[in-house]
Amino acid sequence: MELYTKSATELGRMLRNRECSAVEITKASFSRIAGVDGKVQAFLTLNEQAALEKAAEVDQKLAAGEILSPLAGIPVGIKDNICTKGVKTTCASKMLHNFVPPYSATVIQKLENLDYTLVGKLNMDEFAMGSSTETSYFQKTANPHDLTRVPGGSSGGSAAAVAAGEVPLALGSDTGGSVRQPASHCGIVGLKPTYGSVSRYGLVAFASSLDQIGPMARTVEDVALLYGAICGQDVMDATSASREYPDFTKSLDGGVKGLRIGLPKEYYGEGVNSDVRDAVLQAVKALEAQGAQVVDVSLPSTPYALSAYYIISSAEASSNLARFDGVKYGYRTPEYKNLEELYERTRSEGFGDEVKRRIMLGTFVLSSGYYNAYYKRGKLLQQKTAEEFAASFNDCDLLVTPVTPTTAFKIGENISDPLKMYASDILSVTVNIAGLPGLSVPCGKDQGGLPIGMQLIGPKFSEETLLRTAYTYEKLIGGFDPIPTL
Amino acid sequence: MKDYEIVVGLEVHAELSTNTKIYCSCKNSFGSEVNSNCCPICLGMPGTLPTLNEKVVDYAIKMGHALNCTINRVCKQDRKNYFYPDLPKAYQISQSDIPLCEHGYLDVMLDRQGTMKRIGVTRIHIEEDAGKLVHDDSFAGSLVDFNRCGVPLIEIVSEPDMRSSAEAKAYLDGIKAILQCLDVSDCKMQEGSIRCDINVSVREKGSETFNNRVEMKNVNTFSGAVRAIEYETKRQIEVMEAGGTISQETRRWDDVKGVNSLLRSKENAEDYRYFPEPDLLTIVVPEEKVEALKQSLPELPHHRLLRYMNDYRLPHFDANLLVENLEKAAFFEDCIAIGGSQPKSITNWLLGDVSRILNEKNWVLSQSELTPENLMEMIALIESGKISNTTGKTVIKVLMEENKKPSVIVEEKGLVQVSDSSVLEAIVDEVLANNLKLVADYKGGKTNVWGFLVGQCMRASKGKGNPALLRELLEKAIAKL
Repeated sequence: MELYTKSATELGRMLRNRECSAVEITKASFSRIAGVDGKVQAFLTLNEQAALEKAAEVDQKLAAGEILSPLAGIPVGIKDNICTKGVKTTCASKMLHNFVPPYSATVIQKLENLDYTLVGKLNMDEFAMGSSTETSYFQKTANPHDLTRVPGGSSGGSAAAVAAGEVPLALGSDTGGSVRQPASHCGIVGLKPTYGSVSRYGLVAFASSLDQIGPMARTVEDVALLYGAICGQDVMDATSASREYPDFTKSLDGGVKGLRIGLPKEYYGEGVNSDVRDAVLQAVKALEAQGAQVVDVSLPSTPYALSAYYIISSAEASSNLARFDGVKYGYRTPEYKNLEELYERTRSEGFGDEVKRRIMLGTFVLSSGYYNAYYKRGKLLQQKTAEEFAASFNDCDLLVTPVTPTTAFKIGENISDPLKMYASDILSVTVNIAGLPGLSVPCGKDQGGLPIGMQLIGPKFSEETLLRTAYTYEKLIGGFDPIPTL
Repeated sequence: MKDYEIVVGLEVHAELSTNTKIYCSCKNSFGSEVNSNCCPICLGMPGTLPTLNEKVVDYAIKMGHALNCTINRVCKQDRKNYFYPDLPKAYQISQSDIPLCEHGYLDVMLDRQGTMKRIGVTRIHIEEDAGKLVHDDSFAGSLVDFNRCGVPLIEIVSEPDMRSSAEAKAYLDGIKAILQCLDVSDCKMQEGSIRCDINVSVREKGSETFNNRVEMKNVNTFSGAVRAIEYETKRQIEVMEAGGTISQETRRWDDVKGVNSLLRSKENAEDYRYFPEPDLLTIVVPEEKVEALKQSLPELPHHRLLRYMNDYRLPHFDANLLVENLEKAAFFEDCIAIGGSQPKSITNWLLGDVSRILNEKNWVLSQSELTPENLMEMIALIESGKISNTTGKTVIKVLMEENKKPSVIVEEKGLVQVSDSSVLEAIVDEVLANNLKLVADYKGGKTNVWGFLVGQCMRASKGKGNPALLRELLEKAIAKL
């Protein structure tokens, strides 16, 4: 089997056993990219030379007998909204087309300390706003399972790169489903961690109170490995939680005996494709057969959460994206007569339609006279949603739902209908609204052969339970589907 | 013209003198090289996050206590959104509906007789400062210096309780004195560490309702504040006298020209779209900390002033000089503790000869050898008639340079006051003999030579003659001539 098909855990083991070198692993990754990225279009920036140098350094350390981390020499792709010192970070926007951060995100620093290899930066919806990676200023990424379809979004580049075998691991970010939905569409595993468990320092903010960086991989074990590497309190992020985290790879084997799985009825209603519903329920049955109990629960505010999500996320985005004004970095309009015009033109020309739509929406809901009717109500609904989730966890240990109502749609199919695009987030946004962890796990394919994902949702900081459940399922079905032929 | 009354409310912005900035670890210092005290966080680079410097909260709470505020132990920070090149995030982190401190007051003294007035303090909140636009002849556009970005500020908002520019000035002086006394701001006006926005409205005297107020920005000195208030008052009265009405608006004060001009009307008022800052946690200050900060407050200047005037019967001038110089105040209190003399005698020396000598030598008090014990002993020597006041002036010079008992100095230098009439009579006779023309002048009505003659006698006695006795003998001797 070729190196590019192997999991990060397996590559780490091989490296430590000297079955291959870090340079070979890195070269395998870049050769796969050279072979298929013309079709998939996942990468915006490749970091080949630095990656090979890093790999050589890892090989030297190993030769010198150093004990290295399981992530040493492992190729990782990074979503292009996570700042990498000295490597362009564009947020897939014209606005930051030339932005090279003078600092690295905390997660990047952590991975560097573990000697990871930065392969490159991955395509996404512009400023993470979108569900298809079609709002990228630079390129459209294709779903490796069907090149005419979207990979999902906004971390579509991350999901597609992992699914296509270009990298075993990638980081995405999830504000309303942006890790889980593309993971689902691309048939891989993606975790949106509990809000506060992964530092946001260096993640270009979309909606600060909802954003979390999350790991994506082809196996549950790899997601556990990468999550363990990036979580933890950070003094640079006041919203990061103060707590100790276990080694998530150590507790995957525990099984699901006695686990209470809640099925919230609002997540299986109208609009959810029957293939998707059936696949998820079948996976639940499989877990039940392993000793889990299934209970029905209700989360009545779910239909309103989507509105709350778009109000809160747009409000925060309108403020977070105000700094892109052409004064300090990034794009500046070539011609302007005064300050007002510099702002107007830079922002009109530098942002794409979807970003502008959200900035306008957010500006509106925060403006005087409308704040109470929209933003304040959105926050109340957020609280209500969180309370309903918390109450449901009195009856069960985790919830299982579909990640998205449908499988991947065609490129161009929804892009001109924002409301339809927004509606596809309905099953994932609630998790962000409530600050909970959500794990997207492949659970079969629809009639057209497109991957379906189930979503495991748990109480805050229950990642260990989610990962263990998913791992049990993965073992039960004999592993997830292999990398598609491209 | 009708009788008008002005109503003034003030918003004072004070930069806090913490070592580092409010949301990052950059140095908080004035006068550094342009854009040298900056980092990705205070530059608002994408992806960076603020973390609150807790010292800022402590400093603000101290000020809150000093202004008798309620401290909101649980409060939040909010984003104030607006575009300007000196504001790199395009929002200022501030506090909107729940400030750290509110419902306070400051008692200010309006005159030297000690007339007091209570000015309400609506709120004190913490926020970050913005950068500065710089214009350079070598460059056509504007440049930005971000050093000031993230410098911690407190905004102290008063109630509209002031009725004259003098009251406003007294309030501002009071606020400044407290900031300095608490050592939370260096209050350097020329460096812009205190700035204020002024709200002025005018109404007919006796009216209970407020008219539309005009907010004036860009007032950077207290004397400028007085001029700005007086200018705006005059402007509003002129408009009203001409039958016009005042609309709520913001005007910009130009201190050089002494005029203000319209910045924006109410219709064009900015909508700052405040909302809770999601990158920062709710501020929760433990009860014990609030209490500990209260206990840590030194005696406040306006309290000290009142105490000196009431307890020691010091005139406002002396009391105020002491309040403005904590070192002298402490020395004064040490002298009082030793006791034995009138407080006013102590300030006469401390604020008179002692201060003059300190100025000459460019010293502060602690650089001299003077001790409260020695000063008090010297005053006692004068009051008991052992030495003259004039001799005291000689002794104090020595005391400033040597820690020696005044009685020893007097002994060594032979400075004991001479009260022997026969000795002094001889001196008087000699002085008169040498100044016959002046004596004639004096007798002819030129009484102003009296002081000179007394001085000559004192001089002839080497400063040791008992001045009262000398005067008496001199008078008698002249009368006899």
